[in-house]
Amino acid sequence: MSEPEHTPAIHDIGGIQRFHCTPVEHDEEPPDEFGKRVDALRQTLARKGFMSVDELRRGIESIPEAEYFALTYYERWMRSIALLMLEKGVVKPEDLA
Amino acid sequence: MSAPARTESLAELERLVAALIARGHITEAELATQQASTDRASPENGARMVARAWLNPEWRAMMLNSGTKAAEAIGVNMVGAPPLGVLEDTPGRHHIVVCTLCSCYPRAVLGYPPHWYKSFSYRSRVVREPRAVMAEWGHPLPDNVELRVVDSTADFRWMVLPMRPAGTEGWTEDQLAALITRDVLVGVALPKLPA
Amino acid sequence: MTPRFAPGTPVLVKNDWPEERGPCHIRTPHYLRGRSGRVERVLGAFPNPEDLAFARPAEKRVLYHVVFDQPAIFTDGVPTDHLLVEIFEHWLEAA
Repeated sequence: MSEPEHTPAIHDIGGIQRFHCTPVEHDEEPPDEFGKRVDALRQTLARKGFMSVDELRRGIESIPEAEYFALTYYERWMRSIALLMLEKGVVKPEDLA
Repeated sequence: MSAPARTESLAELERLVAALIARGHITEAELATQQASTDRASPENGARMVARAWLNPEWRAMMLNSGTKAAEAIGVNMVGAPPLGVLEDTPGRHHIVVCTLCSCYPRAVLGYPPHWYKSFSYRSRVVREPRAVMAEWGHPLPDNVELRVVDSTADFRWMVLPMRPAGTEGWTEDQLAALITRDVLVGVALPKLPA
Repeated sequence: MTPRFAPGTPVLVKNDWPEERGPCHIRTPHYLRGRSGRVERVLGAFPNPEDLAFARPAEKRVLYHVVFDQPAIFTDGVPTDHLLVEIFEHWLEAA
């Protein structure tokens, strides 16, 4: 099969070569308190109609590649939530400065 | 991998939460209630549902028809959660679940997804070489069994109903449930009797 | 909402790359674009995530479970194996 002529988006990683030889580490630890708090914040904001899971994903997918791979999972979530809350005017830039 | 969050991220999160509270959008109590609810969900819910399906054909049919209803029947609050679908293994077919685009996982039922499920290597490799990933974890799949890789891309969340292992005849629901781990419910492992 | 494709129908995933045209959010993985599969079942109808992601009004679209031969997509795959993926109707064409 010929190599694909398109470059998938940063998050669209099914089957790509980059991770082909990386073992899957069997890490069973629950998230740390930071992760649990981001998770709870996301669900609370969704439940109260401030954002949808689809918006969360769109925000994550918009993180530039260098940061995307440097941030932890829940750091990417937090970055997306902050972006969305600013975009919608729910919080102001000076709140987060 | 589960690298700890950096100090600046902790501060960034607290600034965001403080602003949302100060502007009256959320409260600390709401966050605590939400976190407690996710903390309560665990693979034990899925294990209970599967063990019951192994013992009770009517329950099995109900669960295959609607995983959401089965989860509610064991006391999981599914209001607002995505629908749960259950994938039925047979002697000739096994399922393994992944989300290549993000990390879709039946959180309402099974709790927080483990780090490996969210890892770039699992998400990337399982659609391409699922048998290698299973074998690396000590669960080689026989060649004559079809493997169906379920990429969870949209509105459903998926859980596997595995085959009941031989040698468990006469076991109680609790004994059977103890065989069913999170790895089994995702499909990366097969239920095994204790050595 | 009437599904266009019945279970068992051969379908083709559109070979479309909206991510090359600008900001978007899509739920059809890159490795299925332009690939042939078969409808396994109709899963229901859900608001279009491509609009939800931008907080736009989102029409419901029919969602299918579509099955694909795995080695046709990844040549290192095994002939017995398949991929089973949720795909929205607007990404599918009759094969």
